[in-house]
Amino acid sequence: MSDITEDIEIRLLLEALHQRYHYDFRHYAQASIRRRLRQARQQLGFATFSAMQEALLHDEAMLPRLLGYLTVQVSEMFRDPSYFRALREEVVPRLRTYPSLKVWIAGCSGGEELYSLVILFREEGLEERTLFYATDISQDALDTAARGIYALDRIALFTENHRASGGKSSLSDYYTTAYGNAAFDKSLRERVVFSDHSLVTDAVFAEMHLISCRNVMIYFDRELQDRAIGLFRSSLVRGGFLGLGAKESIRFSAHANAFTDFVRTEKIYQRREA
Amino acid sequence: MSAEATARAVVIGASAGAIQALSDILPGLAADFPLPIVIVVHVPADRQNILAPLFEQKCRMSVREVEDKEPAERGTVFFAPSDYHVLVESDGTLSLSADEPVMHSRPSIDVLFESAADALGRNAVGIILTGANSDGAAGLKAIADAGGAVIVEDPAHAYADAMPLAALKACPSARIMSRKAIVRYLSEELAR
Repeated sequence: MSDITEDIEIRLLLEALHQRYHYDFRHYAQASIRRRLRQARQQLGFATFSAMQEALLHDEAMLPRLLGYLTVQVSEMFRDPSYFRALREEVVPRLRTYPSLKVWIAGCSGGEELYSLVILFREEGLEERTLFYATDISQDALDTAARGIYALDRIALFTENHRASGGKSSLSDYYTTAYGNAAFDKSLRERVVFSDHSLVTDAVFAEMHLISCRNVMIYFDRELQDRAIGLFRSSLVRGGFLGLGAKESIRFSAHANAFTDFVRTEKIYQRREA
Repeated sequence: MSAEATARAVVIGASAGAIQALSDILPGLAADFPLPIVIVVHVPADRQNILAPLFEQKCRMSVREVEDKEPAERGTVFFAPSDYHVLVESDGTLSLSADEPVMHSRPSIDVLFESAADALGRNAVGIILTGANSDGAAGLKAIADAGGAVIVEDPAHAYADAMPLAALKACPSARIMSRKAIVRYLSEELAR
């Protein structure tokens, strides 16, 4: 059993983080956040969470260091190729019927999923009518996403995923290599708005046709998942699409009835018309 | 995180030789086995995980792959999906995480076991089976420290003995059992 003192300390630390800096992790799933906090405590060299809390409250420089542990997230381009194939084959034909489109990558992390979607939309001839919103709570993540530079040793996997997703072009058309990195072309960012947005505390900001939020809500408890899914529900046009991670589901959510399965196996949902 | 957690669960970790070892254990358990069983098997990160469909055919308990925030229901075997960690929450639900691999493994046995120790305390039962690495040793020790029951497959008869040996080294209080004895323990001692 996690000892009761540690439980109290973690609650107080998250409360301090919220009250002092307005980052709200209080409704993150406990098991994962505890694991990340323990890692942070060890590596930052604090004997207790109370000591870490004191440092956090009195030294602003602690904030980015702690957030680095709490928001770290690594993805792949075209992770789960079958998801992107389903978007291409099932969702894109519906999206074509709209004269203009808005797509929200919620929790965009380092941008891998964002670039995947922009490339897919370019291949399908939809990029020019689309505005992409890439949001995250971490400024570091947003900066990384806006740079679009990835280590070259990850590109083989990205390329294989892209091909398996039904990619119509060669991934190498979109990046140049230098110094062990692949830099994705800035034209891919022309239709992208990067923005700081929290699914925990922020509100609807535009009317979307597609929201992709994969492996972000797994870190939330059910109450917070409900809030986020409610936010997606309010943000989507009627008939709009919500794509989640392969092992996520809205069936435990209070908003389950607002959606229908669109591609059940890929966790792509459609907001009901009525 | 509550100190009086009442949820109970069996957590199992296995690597090389896992399918045979689990085939000798899981089919022996009754459909109404009174606890959930959550299992991490190291499998390559390709996304088609065959474990759940394979064992669904062999077992009387229901078998499925974990979906995020799913309640860990009794009488059900849950397999970790490829490329995700599984963690037990104190409300008895299961969370997934895509955090970095731990000792090159995702899913990681240590991550599952340590979360079970935190969430369930003495109501956790940890079992380490065959494997060729040392994942699970730290997790098993965490369960023992939290007062849970800890069992290791007899290394002399395991397909690969590195994982059982590492678990025993980290957690000398663990009971050493053959696969048959594990079935007996689960279905008689534990299910009583």
